[in-house]
Amino acid sequence: MDETAVSIEPVEAEASPPAQQRRFANRHRLPTRLWHWVNALTVFIMLMSGLMIFNAHPHLYWGQYGANFDHPWLSFHGRPIPGWATIPSTYNLAAARRWHLAFAWLLVVPLLLFLLTSLINRHAQRDLKPTRDEMRPSHLWHDIREHARLRFPTGDAALRYNILQKLSYVGVIFALLPLMVLTGLAMSPSMDAAWPWLLTLFGGRQTARSIHFICAMLLLAFILVHLLMVLIAGPINEIGSMITGRFRVPPERPNEPGRP
Amino acid sequence: MIDRRHFIATGGSGLLLGGCDRLNNNTSFRGVLRSAEKLTMNTQRLIAPRDALAREYGEADLSPVFRSNGTAMPGTSEYARHLKENFANWRLAVDGLVARPLSIPLQTLKSIPHRVQITRHDCVEGWSAIGKWHGLQLSRILNAAGLSSGARYIVFHCADRFGDKPYYESIDLIDAFHPQTIIAWGLNGHLLPVPNGAPLRLRVERQLGYKQAKYVQRIEAVDSLAQIYGGKGGYWEDNVDYEWYAGI
Repeated sequence: MDETAVSIEPVEAEASPPAQQRRFANRHRLPTRLWHWVNALTVFIMLMSGLMIFNAHPHLYWGQYGANFDHPWLSFHGRPIPGWATIPSTYNLAAARRWHLAFAWLLVVPLLLFLLTSLINRHAQRDLKPTRDEMRPSHLWHDIREHARLRFPTGDAALRYNILQKLSYVGVIFALLPLMVLTGLAMSPSMDAAWPWLLTLFGGRQTARSIHFICAMLLLAFILVHLLMVLIAGPINEIGSMITGRFRVPPERPNEPGRP
Repeated sequence: MIDRRHFIATGGSGLLLGGCDRLNNNTSFRGVLRSAEKLTMNTQRLIAPRDALAREYGEADLSPVFRSNGTAMPGTSEYARHLKENFANWRLAVDGLVARPLSIPLQTLKSIPHRVQITRHDCVEGWSAIGKWHGLQLSRILNAAGLSSGARYIVFHCADRFGDKPYYESIDLIDAFHPQTIIAWGLNGHLLPVPNGAPLRLRVERQLGYKQAKYVQRIEAVDSLAQIYGGKGGYWEDNVDYEWYAGI
C-alpha cells in the first residue's frame, strides 16, 4: 500500500475555532440504540448456545439428509467447541436448546421491528443505502486504504456511515440475520410442513444447517471486526453515543486532502 | 503480556459463563426459558394448518444407510423372547380413555391396508436421515378404539428401558390424528430392524427424532400427562429436560 501519498503532519495548523474542537451531534436514533443492545446480548447467547448444539453432532452436510454414514464437508472429532465458548459450559444439549430457542424470539421479534421501523422512518434508505457515488471502485478503494491506515472519517463525514460501514451493516441486517432466522426455521420439521418453500429455498435441511453455521461464523467475524473498530475509533465516544445518542464529532484533520 | 491477555480472556469469558451457568441452574430463570416452548408451539400451530404435511421425498432421496439412535436392542428377557418368536405373539394394546380397549395382534395390524411415506427423520442432535416407512395411520387405530371425550394426549409405552426406566413418549390429539402419523412396521421395504424399533414404532413427522417412540407395546389415551412417570410426557422430557413439543 502507498505509504507516502498523504502528509499527515499538521503543517502550520490553522487554529481551528474552539467550538469546532468539541462539537457534539446526535447519532443513532432510539430504535437503533435499543436494538443494538438487545442484539449485543442476544447474539452472544445465540452464538454460544448454538456452538453447544453444534457439539452434539459436529458434522455438516449438503443436501436433504446427512448423518454419520454420509459424507460431511466439515467434520470434527468429539466435542470440538471448548466450554468457555458454549452455553452452558459443560455438555448439555437440552439446556443449550432451551437457551437457543428462547433467545431466538429475542432475535427475531426485534429484528422484524427494526426492519419495519427503519424502512418506514427511511433510516434504511437514507443512512444505510450506498449511493452510486460511494460504490465507485475508486471510492471503495480509497475507503479501504483509509481504514487500513486506521484513519477514520472526521467532522461531518463521521456523522454518516462510510461505505465500508454501510456495506457491512446492510450485509448483517438484510442478509446475515434474516438468513440465520430462515435457515434456523428450515431445520424445524414443523416449519418445513408449514412453509415447504423453506426446503426448496435452501435445497434441503442439511444444507440449511450448513448455511446456518456459515452465517454464524460470518456474524462472529463481523462482531470481532466491529469491536476492533470501536476500540480503535475511540471506545468511550463510540459506546457512549450508542447508549445516549450523543456523539462527540472528531475534529477535521487539518490539511485534509479532499476525498476523490 | 501473554499471561495477562490470557488472564483477561479467560477472566472475561469466565465471568460471562459463570453468570450463564448460574442462571442455567436457577429454577425461575429456567422457567422463563421453558416458557418459550409453549410460545413456539402455539406460534407454529397458528402458522401451520392442522393437517400441513411434512415433505414426502422420492426413492432417489433415501439415505443409503438409515442410522439408528438410542436403544439398539431392548435388553429385557421378554423382548428377547418376542424376537426369538419373530414377534408372532406381539400385541399392541390400546387402552385408557377409550370406549373399546383393544389388543391388536401384530399380524392383524400388518394385514390392514397401510400407508407408505418417504419422510425425513431429524434428530435433536442435528443429523437427518430419509427413510420409507410402512404403517397404519394412528387415527384409524384410535377411531377403532373410540376415544372418550376427556382424552387429550396419546401416550406410547415402549419395550425398551434406559437404565431401569421404561421409554415412553406422548403427543396431543392434533398430531395423533395427523394423516402422516403412523404406527410403522416397515422401513425401506423390509420389516423394521431391531435398532429402528421392531416390530412397531411411532412416526410423528412434524417433530424431532426422540418423539418417534420405538418398540411400541401399548397406546394409552389420557387426559393429563401429570400422572405418567415423571409427568413431563416422555423419557427425555422427564430425565434431561428436552422439550415435550419437539417441532423445532
